[in-house]
Amino acid sequence: MYDMYRENILDHAQNPRHPGILSPADVDHEEHNPLCGDRLRLTLRLDEQNRIKEIAWDGEGCAISQATASMLAEEILGKTVDEVRQITRDEVLELLGIPLTINRLKCALLSLKTLTIGLYGLKEWQKHDDEDDE
Amino acid sequence: MANTAEQPYDVEAIRADFPILHQETRPGVPLVYLDNAASSQKPRQVIEVLDDYYRRYNANVHRGIHKLSEEATAAYEGARVKIKRFINAASKREIIFTRGTTESINLVAQTWGRANLKAGDAVLTTVMEHHSNIVPWQMLAAEKGFTIRYAPLRDDGTLDMDAFRQMLGEGAVKLVAVMHVSNVLGTINPVAEIVRLAHEAGALALVDGAQSIPNMPVDVQQLDADFYAFSGHKMIGPTGIGVLYGKRDLLETMPPWMGGGDMISRVRLDGSTWNELPYKFEAGTPSIAQAVGLGAAVDYLSAVGLDRIQAYEKRLIEYALERLAEVPQLRVYGPHADQKGAVAAFTFANIHPHDLAQMLDVEGIAIRAGHHCAMPLHDYLGIGASARASFYLYNTFSEVDVLIEALYKARKAFSI
Ligand SMILES: Cc1ncc(COP(=O)(O)O)c(C=O)c1O
Repeated sequence: MYDMYRENILDHAQNPRHPGILSPADVDHEEHNPLCGDRLRLTLRLDEQNRIKEIAWDGEGCAISQATASMLAEEILGKTVDEVRQITRDEVLELLGIPLTINRLKCALLSLKTLTIGLYGLKEWQKHDDEDDE
Repeated sequence: MANTAEQPYDVEAIRADFPILHQETRPGVPLVYLDNAASSQKPRQVIEVLDDYYRRYNANVHRGIHKLSEEATAAYEGARVKIKRFINAASKREIIFTRGTTESINLVAQTWGRANLKAGDAVLTTVMEHHSNIVPWQMLAAEKGFTIRYAPLRDDGTLDMDAFRQMLGEGAVKLVAVMHVSNVLGTINPVAEIVRLAHEAGALALVDGAQSIPNMPVDVQQLDADFYAFSGHKMIGPTGIGVLYGKRDLLETMPPWMGGGDMISRVRLDGSTWNELPYKFEAGTPSIAQAVGLGAAVDYLSAVGLDRIQAYEKRLIEYALERLAEVPQLRVYGPHADQKGAVAAFTFANIHPHDLAQMLDVEGIAIRAGHHCAMPLHDYLGIGASARASFYLYNTFSEVDVLIEALYKARKAFSI
């Protein structure tokens, strides 16, 4: 019943990894989820190979959105932006490891959305968006 | 539902799905419903979905973190995907739920139109349009000072494409707004060509699909229309729901229209930012049950097959036109059956259409009389009003016979 609030999700939500804001940053982007009022600002620094060498994020909102942001931050540190571009919605949902209902998907995907739009713009995010069309 | 693509078109099996058709308007007088262009009847598959929604999972969408809201949201968004497939849109985000064709066209006028049309520009439309594709442009033109050009018709009731090309060639046209199928003449306009010409002239193309979507396969990407509007209630779906299809890139650039809940991303007292598509254009609690019902309607129509419905209706209108031609002093407007949807508008000697409709009603026949929200067209045809019989997937050849018999009775009553 409380599957949605498994220990590791609560742990990430309550003890977020990579909190804060990098300034200056190579990427600095903020997105919102109107459903829960979630907010997420993501800042990145890249090395010469376009590898994510530093990451920090600041946000507020439901445990699902904050935990996913924390997990995703761990996941992408050290990856190149090209590698990050390949991350799918389903992979992010797998990080969470729990089944989500339609209204909660937006919470869980806020971090991927912020990351993708921050790096590649809205158009790139729209591709992810269309994954659930069929 | 006994109809599938492998079997011959079984109109009786279809009729069995529409409870309302099986009634007598007075003892011994069965209903003959020939007012489908105004609104269609609903199969039990749609009615049951509405009933089920209200009995089992009625709740607001997109906000509740509880079972009913999750179910309602899934069903509402599921309907959007069904419609996306039905018209072959590129993305479900291009499907905006509205109240119907009228609201869809007004949305385009109030957002894209308000932002883009100015004095010196022109909107090109036709004299055959429904009021819903004329008045929104006139209202905006009064404010912005652009002009509206109306392409005329040929004598056979088809669009005069030479005149259309010429009016487009005069320049300044920013939008071409045409109906796909006329609700009076039945004329099927060459929409793919019209869209192509519009684009060549640097204009966008909006198509009023209220009478096409219910009766024929439509592929918005193939037509390349920028906007395509239609109503649920004319396609065996509920009232209070319709669709505006728009190309995504275009919709992204358009400002919202109505403000309120669901359409925002973030609201502060000093200003707000907009939600993503399609929610930017869906302010407030939408018609949830109706959208789900429209999804069921689309399922039903798809199962029968739009190509088969169109083929059946073609045989039906051919027969109806043939029989109507036998009636002395009866004049049908619009093109021949091969260029026409299943609509027959006519005048009958000097009998006023309202009187005719009244007399047919006594025989259980529902037709429409008046200007059918196309007053400019009736002016153009030089008539004040017409009577209109419009057919749909559940109408039969014997219903055409009942109509013809009743017309002869009316003729006798008026001693003509
Ligand atoms: C061609 C056409 N356009 C627009 C409309 C308006 O549709 P609605 O009243 O559902 O908005 C109708 C139907 O009345 C129609 O036949």
